Amino acid sequence: MSLARRAVLALPYLWLLVFFIAPMALVAKISLSHPAEARPPYEPVFSLSGGFAGVLEKLRLLSFDAYRGFAEDRLYLESFLTSLAVAAISTLITLLIAYPFALSMARAPLRLRPILIGLAVAPFWTSFLIRVYAWIALLKDEGLINHALMALGLIREPLGIYATNVAVVIGIVYSYLPFMLLPLYAALERQDPSLREAAADLGATPTEVFWRVTAPLSRPGVIAGCLLVFIPAVGEFVIPDLLGGSDTLMIGRTIWNDFFANRDWPAASAAAMLLLLLLLGPLLLTERLRLRDERQGP
Amino acid sequence: MAGVPLLAVERASKRFGPIVALEDVSLEIAPGEFFALLGPSGCGKTTLMRLIAGFETPDSGRLSLEGGDLFGLPPYRRPVNMMFQSYALFPHLDVFENVAFGLRRKGLAQEAVKKRVQELLDIVQLPDFGARRIDQISGGQKQRVALARALAPGPKLLLLDEPLGALDRKLREETQLQLKQIQRRLNTAFVIVTHDQDEALALADRIAVMRSGRIEQIGAPPDVYRRPQSRFVADFIGATNMIEGHVSQADGAWFVAPFGRIALAGCALPDGARAALSLRPEEVRLARDGDGLPGRVAQASFRGETTLLWVALDGGGSLRVSCGPDAGFAQGDGVRVTILPDAGALFAEPKP
Repeated sequence: MSLARRAVLALPYLWLLVFFIAPMALVAKISLSHPAEARPPYEPVFSLSGGFAGVLEKLRLLSFDAYRGFAEDRLYLESFLTSLAVAAISTLITLLIAYPFALSMARAPLRLRPILIGLAVAPFWTSFLIRVYAWIALLKDEGLINHALMALGLIREPLGIYATNVAVVIGIVYSYLPFMLLPLYAALERQDPSLREAAADLGATPTEVFWRVTAPLSRPGVIAGCLLVFIPAVGEFVIPDLLGGSDTLMIGRTIWNDFFANRDWPAASAAAMLLLLLLLGPLLLTERLRLRDERQGP
Repeated sequence: MAGVPLLAVERASKRFGPIVALEDVSLEIAPGEFFALLGPSGCGKTTLMRLIAGFETPDSGRLSLEGGDLFGLPPYRRPVNMMFQSYALFPHLDVFENVAFGLRRKGLAQEAVKKRVQELLDIVQLPDFGARRIDQISGGQKQRVALARALAPGPKLLLLDEPLGALDRKLREETQLQLKQIQRRLNTAFVIVTHDQDEALALADRIAVMRSGRIEQIGAPPDVYRRPQSRFVADFIGATNMIEGHVSQADGAWFVAPFGRIALAGCALPDGARAALSLRPEEVRLARDGDGLPGRVAQASFRGETTLLWVALDGGGSLRVSCGPDAGFAQGDGVRVTILPDAGALFAEPKP
């Protein structure tokens, strides 16, 4: 391999090292420290001022106190569980909504498909924040949805969705729909239509064709889409902050509170590290599934 | 054809927008028959097959299987199976499950499924391939799995869309033979769609030659080869010399070619009518001397069991002639060409 080629290959790794691994290491470092009335608000974990002995002394002070705190503090446990539940429910709903969409996009006439993809990503042209704010106007008690339903006489009292976990789920489903839609579309679009015809020819009803052929062959798209929704949804901060209630405990928000309101950086960092480890599990699992799928054919 | 035909297509037509894919097509297929739909690409043979399978519905006309109308019957309820040109094997299932797919849809018990799949894998000579993944087998093996899968549910009629198209030449000839043997053994009606006339001639009991959405001729291979009913059929099937000229009824029936007169056994065309004569290379007789049109061997090419000669006629034009390997004609030899009065097929040509 030539030097130039090595250099080109090294570039992305360098990028990852500087902008991903290094900040992560910093967070990990802070998570092992103690909170302090200082700026930054934690005890330094590394300094050369005390010489070698000083470095050792600092290392001795490192502790897993912040992590131990989680065992006693039910706030974190609840936040984690709520986040996982909200993200899982949102992912499932997103999948159920996106699948028929992707299916009809993949079966649409060829010349219509670019337009449909364009429409699917159209929301990205507006700020994410503004779109979430818009949902406040839609969901709040005196908002558009309640107003319309009451005017139609379908409900007598406002639904009271705003500032609940339901609103958070709606916000996540809405915001992440394109991330589910696109991988599903890609997986469905490249399916050979003659496979469906072959199945029908062999006696499969349209329902059987879907469950025996279309659905199993779209599995890589389902996995990719679910990852792209679930992982960011677990750590989501903006949507629970804007649409959730004061009792909506999601981990992104709890970490934010610890950082900025409580100024307990070690606890917040430890929570962030834990979140990372938690998400690494499903990520590695699905990656293995994906590799197996790829080895096994198209 | 005696009794009720297995499949009857009556005056079927199909359009796709402005394109006429099929126009007024009628044919009947007998039980146990090996039938070929032959024609160049775009002639409507694939559309006709998809009509039979139920993937398309005719704009007009009627299809019936054993006398029962197929109208409105979706593909999954027709006792007709199809072997796809791309094979369309399910990549997420192994060979066994591919072959078992149609059996499972019929709700067969596991034991019966196992037995039937093994039976078919034996027939296509892949007895130990059940556990293989589709991407682990060769093109020729895929072709046979596709055949086994389509035969597994025991269809009354099997449609084969260019079944040998993706195979190389040597494998194709072997497979042709096997296909014919399997068809005879199972006594199932096969309808093969092909653009390869050799394949159609070698395999089929009867051939329908199609062109621009219409059937030009239906007949047994020797019939279609020796007595083509149109210039298109004569041209499309086998090699031929197509000679343009006109008919002369003065003093007996003659075909007047640019290079000389050829006697005809009989001719319904009027005197002076424009016509084309199709002469198979083996219908032209060569001699060293005697009567006949004088010419010279312009080129001789050895083909194994025959030798193909290009004979340049002194009167202009040239003929393709095939003769036995012992005929002994070589390039440059002077020859006399005789054409027997009942040789060839004569077609009326439109006025210019």
